Amino acid sequence: MTVVKARRTWGKGWAPAVPLLLVVAIAFGIPAVMLAVGAFTVKGAPGEPGSYGFDNLAASLREPYLGTLLTSVRLSAVVAVAGALTGTFLAHAVLTSKSSALREAVLSVSGVLANFGGVPLAFIWIATLGNSGVITTSLGLGSGLLYNFWGLALVYLYFSIPLMVLVIAPALEGLRPQWREAALNNGATTWQFWRLVGIPVLAPALLGGVVLLFGGAFAAYATAAAMVGASVPLVTLQIADALTGNVLVGFENVALALSLDMVVVALLVMAVYLPLQRRSSRWLR
Amino acid sequence: MAAVTPAATPAPAATPAGPLPVSGGGWGRRVVLLVAAAYFLVPMVIAVTFTVYNEAQGFSLGAYGRILTAPGFVSSFLQSLALAAATIVLVLVLVLPAMLAVRLGAPGLRPVLETITTLPLIVPPITYVVGISTSLREGADALAATPFWQTLISLQDENFPFVLVLAYVVLALPFAYRSLDAGLRAMDVVTLVEAARNLGASWPQVMLRVIMPNLRSALAGAAFLTLALVLGEYTIAALLGYQTFPVWIVTISGNDGQLSVALSILSLTLIWLLLLTLSRAGRKKS
Repeated sequence: MTVVKARRTWGKGWAPAVPLLLVVAIAFGIPAVMLAVGAFTVKGAPGEPGSYGFDNLAASLREPYLGTLLTSVRLSAVVAVAGALTGTFLAHAVLTSKSSALREAVLSVSGVLANFGGVPLAFIWIATLGNSGVITTSLGLGSGLLYNFWGLALVYLYFSIPLMVLVIAPALEGLRPQWREAALNNGATTWQFWRLVGIPVLAPALLGGVVLLFGGAFAAYATAAAMVGASVPLVTLQIADALTGNVLVGFENVALALSLDMVVVALLVMAVYLPLQRRSSRWLR
Repeated sequence: MAAVTPAATPAPAATPAGPLPVSGGGWGRRVVLLVAAAYFLVPMVIAVTFTVYNEAQGFSLGAYGRILTAPGFVSSFLQSLALAAATIVLVLVLVLPAMLAVRLGAPGLRPVLETITTLPLIVPPITYVVGISTSLREGADALAATPFWQTLISLQDENFPFVLVLAYVVLALPFAYRSLDAGLRAMDVVTLVEAARNLGASWPQVMLRVIMPNLRSALAGAAFLTLALVLGEYTIAALLGYQTFPVWIVTISGNDGQLSVALSILSLTLIWLLLLTLSRAGRKKS
């Protein structure tokens, strides 16, 4: 390791980071550039080189592709709002309980379930509410209960609510009891405390949670692929179809454009989330 | 020589029993807890029952026994473990020196590191895999006549697809970075390194005997999170056409519902054990 020598010649001490930057440039930079270039490349006639243009992006924002994008956004919005509200109430209920065992258990289970996505999640729900699932057959419910928009939302909440619990718990713990005592001593009601102190302090963490949950649901692919196949048209499923050659010829570049749309949505999500997170961490010191 | 340990490691504050204001009626809280318990426990209990009981045979652990003999289990599981090991080593070897450089004289590097360790969280895996497969395809065309072509082919070797290791290193960056950052925050890197260097330690000695022993739990944390990530990653492996463990679970599920649910429960237990070990290790240190 020649860190010291390199620092003298380089003057800035960046040398130890060079391998990392190189690997990221190769493994992340090249795919990102190829994706962007491909999205703007319009295929020419067979044998001729393509030209650059906005045709793919325009096509990705027309039917039938626009529909998949909107379904994904709608599903993610439902999951984000429902998950954030439920997660907050659950976190509050747990944190205010007298049993510290319950608190520890819920927080550690949340840590596991927030990471529990993908295929196994789909199978566990299929065994429960799928067409030949245990509840479905024993209660004589109709088939197709799980394989639609709301079924997917129900399943996504299984990892979204725990994630919200993890996001909001520090913020809830940051609500100092003194603030509440001060408010009550000054004659505020519980409702006034929440409206004027509690919710404003929690707001950035709450909104940040909504945004984070949205991003998680928007990007999810494996669960949906294992569960609904194509019966709920999501943009991730559409892109995967294109990638595995399940579609018309010439669609590949529209898939790249759809991917670019997704990245744009994801970047917007983060552009909202990061400032919120910074704001909410202000109260947690 | 014993590892250099800082005299007073500021212990990460164990969260005190929640000082939250206990609000209003206990009923609302009880309802919330009951509904949540039902929602989270029922599918889990049912899934477990589903794997050990059916009307024809009654109680049987057969589904779990079948896992070991299922065709492809051993090879896909071993492949995932090998990918995980390679990813863990590579990500730590790449990230740790860069993070030390930030603290030892290149503070300008910090925003760069924060950006490249946040991006993988933002970009949906499906779009990442679209980028990768486009690159591989175009790369094959562009490099066909050059010696690099062979490199590109060996990257995609069926038995050990190094392209997945590269992808997983990128995906693991956020977790490795955050875990190591927490560890480095708790120690005085500059003083330790200067003291060791003044006493004549070489850089490898500084890394192996000063930095790494102090980072033990952070390194373990990064490794566990990466392991959990690799053992659960489906999207990229599936769409690039490799038979890793999670992909194999889906492949096998078509034939045997009980088996696939048993595998799901097993993989959940695995994540749970990994994270449990992780939090135990963290607690022991503090």
